[in-house]
Amino acid sequence: MTAMTATLTSGKGGVGKTTATANIGVALAAQGLRTVCLDADIGLRNLDVVMGLENRIVYDLVDVIEGRCKLRQALIKDKRLNDLYLLPAAQTRDKTAVSPQDMIRLVDELRAEFDWVLIDSPAGIERGFRNAIAPADMVLIVTNPEVSAVRDADRIIGLVEAEEKGPAKLIVNRMKPEMVRRGEMLGTDDILEVLAIELVGIVPEDETIVVASNQGSPAALDPRSRAGRAFRQIAQRLTGEQVPFDELEAKDGFFGRLSRLVKSGGEA
Amino acid sequence: MSIFERLRSPDRHSAHAAKERLQLVLVHDRADFPPGKLDALKDELVTVLSRHIEIDRAAVQITLTRDRNQQRLVADIPLAPARARRREAG
Repeated sequence: MTAMTATLTSGKGGVGKTTATANIGVALAAQGLRTVCLDADIGLRNLDVVMGLENRIVYDLVDVIEGRCKLRQALIKDKRLNDLYLLPAAQTRDKTAVSPQDMIRLVDELRAEFDWVLIDSPAGIERGFRNAIAPADMVLIVTNPEVSAVRDADRIIGLVEAEEKGPAKLIVNRMKPEMVRRGEMLGTDDILEVLAIELVGIVPEDETIVVASNQGSPAALDPRSRAGRAFRQIAQRLTGEQVPFDELEAKDGFFGRLSRLVKSGGEA
Repeated sequence: MSIFERLRSPDRHSAHAAKERLQLVLVHDRADFPPGKLDALKDELVTVLSRHIEIDRAAVQITLTRDRNQQRLVADIPLAPARARRREAG
């Protein structure tokens, strides 16, 4: 195997990089693809808790790089999916413990064993970000429909291109279709017009994400979660499937409201 | 959507404001040229131009714009009204 390596990054913190990494990882592994999620946020690790694997950590990424253990010893197998693994970040070190060259060497070793390597980048544009994109074949930029997050995404797009890792692809996370309909939130079309990059997913704001992170069980495992469905679709698109985007932002009108009314009545 | 919301013109919605602010801030970010520097440039430009021709200082507009991949510095420099110019010349 020679894994495809995708780095999830954003510039701005708190837009959902870690959630997206865990969920896309789950969705790829559920397709039977051997997948490893690598937490590159050294000093502020969180991918382990989002995936519910925090109690199994013995060694971490810095232990592997500094030769205290074999790569195989640091990999944590997921509880639910046979094809999913986590390589946790170190919690008591900082980003300077690792260089971009270290990351390239480490990921090259992982490529032989996996179909997909997903790298969860730290926020920011400094060393941690450079470490995270150094081994990437593909960069996925996570943003929210807010001026600050889209502005940072634009900055990251430029940096990714400068590192010759472009063109990056976009995930719009925490979309609220109802607010877009009211004209009180940037729509996906607005964001794409400004950023001019390829869209790979639109994830609706969804309470099941909070519940999932409380339980350490990513929403992509829950067939009823709307956000989980969006992450599963992203995984399908990454593997080359043509999946149409769900109609989240249909313009409001009498028939739109009527059909929603009928639909919600039908579900109840 | 209430009738009142429906009656509001679309450009009064906050999403419209968000898009306009975003576009403006990105034009400056991408050019690495903050709005304050643009104001300083405008002041200097007005001083230099005024040495050569009578311009309507208050109406001068210097903006950064972007169409497709081309960034552009656009200057709109109206001349002072002809009567005022004649009077000053005379």
